[in-house]
Amino acid sequence: MLHYLDTALAAPRPSRRAFLKLSAGAVGGLLLGGALPRAAQAMGDDALAQPFVHITPDNVVTVLVKHQDMGQGAATGLATLVAEELDASPDQIAVEFAPSNPQVYANSLFGVQGTGGSTAMRNSFTQYREAGASARAMLVAAAAQAWGVAPEAVTVADGTLSSGANSASFGDMASAAAAQPVPEAVTLKRADQWRLIGKDMARVEIPAKTRGSVGLFGMDAKPEGALIAVTARPPRFGATVASVDAEAARAMPGVQAVLTIPQGVVVVADNTWRAMQARDALEIEWDMSGAETRGTEEITAEFEALLDQPGLPAVARGDAAGKLAGAAQVVEARYHFPYLAHAPMEPLNMTVLFDGERATLWGGSQIQTIDHNVAAGVLGIPFENVAINTMWGGGSFGRRATADGHLVAEAATIAAAWLGETGRPAPIKLVYTREDDIKGGYYRPLTLHKVRAGVDAEGNIAGWAHRVVGQGIMIGTPFEEFLVKDGVDHSSVEGAADTTYSLPDMAMDVHHPSAGVPVLWWRAVGHTHTAYVMETMMDALAEAAGRDPVEFRLAHLGDDPRLAGVLRLAAEKGGWDSPAPEGIHRGVAVHKSFESYVAEVAEVRIREDGTVKVEKVTCAVDCGVAINPDNIVAQIEGGLAYGLSGILREEITMTDGAVDQSNYPDYAALRIADMPRVEVHIVPSTEGPSGVGEPGTPPIGPAVANAVARATGQRITVLPFSKHGLA
Amino acid sequence: MVSFTLNGAPTTVDVEQDMPLLWLLRDELNLTGTKFGCGVASCGACTVHVDGVAMRSCQMAVGDLEGASVTTIEGVDSKAAAAVQAAWIEAQVPQCGYCQSGQIMSAAALLVETPKPTDADIDLAMDGNLCRCATYARIRKAIHQAAEIMEA
Repeated sequence: MLHYLDTALAAPRPSRRAFLKLSAGAVGGLLLGGALPRAAQAMGDDALAQPFVHITPDNVVTVLVKHQDMGQGAATGLATLVAEELDASPDQIAVEFAPSNPQVYANSLFGVQGTGGSTAMRNSFTQYREAGASARAMLVAAAAQAWGVAPEAVTVADGTLSSGANSASFGDMASAAAAQPVPEAVTLKRADQWRLIGKDMARVEIPAKTRGSVGLFGMDAKPEGALIAVTARPPRFGATVASVDAEAARAMPGVQAVLTIPQGVVVVADNTWRAMQARDALEIEWDMSGAETRGTEEITAEFEALLDQPGLPAVARGDAAGKLAGAAQVVEARYHFPYLAHAPMEPLNMTVLFDGERATLWGGSQIQTIDHNVAAGVLGIPFENVAINTMWGGGSFGRRATADGHLVAEAATIAAAWLGETGRPAPIKLVYTREDDIKGGYYRPLTLHKVRAGVDAEGNIAGWAHRVVGQGIMIGTPFEEFLVKDGVDHSSVEGAADTTYSLPDMAMDVHHPSAGVPVLWWRAVGHTHTAYVMETMMDALAEAAGRDPVEFRLAHLGDDPRLAGVLRLAAEKGGWDSPAPEGIHRGVAVHKSFESYVAEVAEVRIREDGTVKVEKVTCAVDCGVAINPDNIVAQIEGGLAYGLSGILREEITMTDGAVDQSNYPDYAALRIADMPRVEVHIVPSTEGPSGVGEPGTPPIGPAVANAVARATGQRITVLPFSKHGLA
Repeated sequence: MVSFTLNGAPTTVDVEQDMPLLWLLRDELNLTGTKFGCGVASCGACTVHVDGVAMRSCQMAVGDLEGASVTTIEGVDSKAAAAVQAAWIEAQVPQCGYCQSGQIMSAAALLVETPKPTDADIDLAMDGNLCRCATYARIRKAIHQAAEIMEA
């Protein structure tokens, strides 16, 4: 046992893990590195080992990345911040995911280690620059001492320290720098001194991702002796296992164990396909007594009834009812947004090795501190006996960040059950199939809105009454105390209750009915439906007032110059004031989310079969300092396409509590033929960096819907578009 | 026993005849560059070349491979594939990257058939390759770039 444990701890990650390097401007480099990642190596006296930066005698600077990177570019961003202040050569910078340790690696906006809410750059901007500056100061102090000169006489450029005739690489000075005191304070560069921030940086891991390199994703984790687990989960949410006949499954090739756990019945096998085959051979009776048996039709009908009953107040400002009563015109609309699955390309998975005392995890952990606590809790071991190897995420869009850590809970439960049954520790990789993913819940909540808004005789908004019905994502989670106020879950109303429009007479209330369907944040969370409602209502009100949609919005933006700035820029670049080409209809939307401002002008054509083709989207984004402009463009491109996918055909429905969809053929995500051309304009800014992963998503739905309304006269308020023959 | 050529090397395997090639590659031969996305030939993440044709390895039974030549992302080294990989890096295509092995294999096969594809050709050929990060605009751009690299 002890020998096994030693082996496991000595090689906590795949041994041929890619060594990923930062590269300025153009093509990134890739070296397949040594046996172990640097952060896992014992740091000797000859290395400068700081929490966020390691400098080793081989002249490599390793940046420890506290955030998960699921394609949004966080690793490259953090490495860039360190390289900037360190005056390192980008070619000597490598990245490594940090270990799970909330004391050192917490997201400063969450208080725990985790990635989400488009906060990676926002919470790290000062921290990682200071880490680079601090390491630089220690290198300089060491060089000054070695050369008998004042620190001020030492210059640093492109990874080289020099003073007069003296010159040294970072690696040469790493050992001496480690002996220097860590500076108590550092001075950061002014923006005009930046060499890397604001430049297009090639993402560190892209070469590896084009070569199918090993060891990037949790799905590819293969610690020595790894086995595969798949779970037969209940066909309805809340059902449990009543009885199992596993005789046939146990006799199948490669099957090592069949384990019944609270989450379902687990097959452990030596090959994923064999595990899936054996799972199909299980005969399970389910206890449906605690199951959600309503279909989405029934749930929708119940939510629909609540739309006409007062709920918990979220906004009560001015006199909405009075203003509406006196309005020249009133526009009313009821909106239906379906449950949506995230369906990231990499199905969920988590590998756990448990030997009875210690556990090691491999996978795309997005909120490490929750996963860490859940693993320790499930396994009944101290926090410090759990180690998490964070891997690159094959997409997430929110799915890997769960408040209950259910994936880790299930994987750890399996690891414990396996050890109990066999007495033989082995790394077990719990794998979701695509069907498990689509049917597995944790959806964007099914949400209904009702809005009544008026315009006065001058064509200005007069009164806004707004009701939302939907399950609260945060209710019943550790996030409740921060994000649920007086019963109102902020994630249901964000983007509307805190609208940036000047609405002095606004009333908003909310119902959070319960349903047995697990719900979760989906890229941009509440903004995915609130922006749709706000921005299609703004268009309907502009039309009622006989005003141009851009001019009408600008007139109601109050004193928010950044929002007005992106709206004006998108309108200008998107040719808003010029006639659209033959057959093209334009729609616009603007929305603030995650502290960033995005406006999008969509150009839409109606095909001969009546379906919508979005030909082009022109975006303007103000996300503060643009750390890596090309990555911002990529995130806006992908973010708006994810939102477009969400409105066109995506929908999770249930019949008698059973999810109707199962895989990509019936959960129809956006494909290349529906991808518009995208043009992104970044507003230069000196404000601190804000979100880019999510803010591109909210405006696309309403921009397209507004264009469709112009083309067809039809205002789509029940989603997705495919319900109306439009997709 | 089934014998075939894998990334240029003669290979003999002894597994169930109906095991999909995908799981032979990933779980038995440790070639994890070929990805599992859907298992029903709907996403293209598992695309490999079989006798030069882009195929979904999740739907290819090992028993049908006798004598075939299989190329995966780890072994692909054609002129088209090299151009595609270079263009993919130049255009910074991948985001999460999980689908990209399959995208690259499909794109390389397209360029062999159609050296100068139009956007419509690309949309048609790449329709079976899903990307939830929606890197599609850059995929189009990179395929055009790869076509230029091949011509040069």
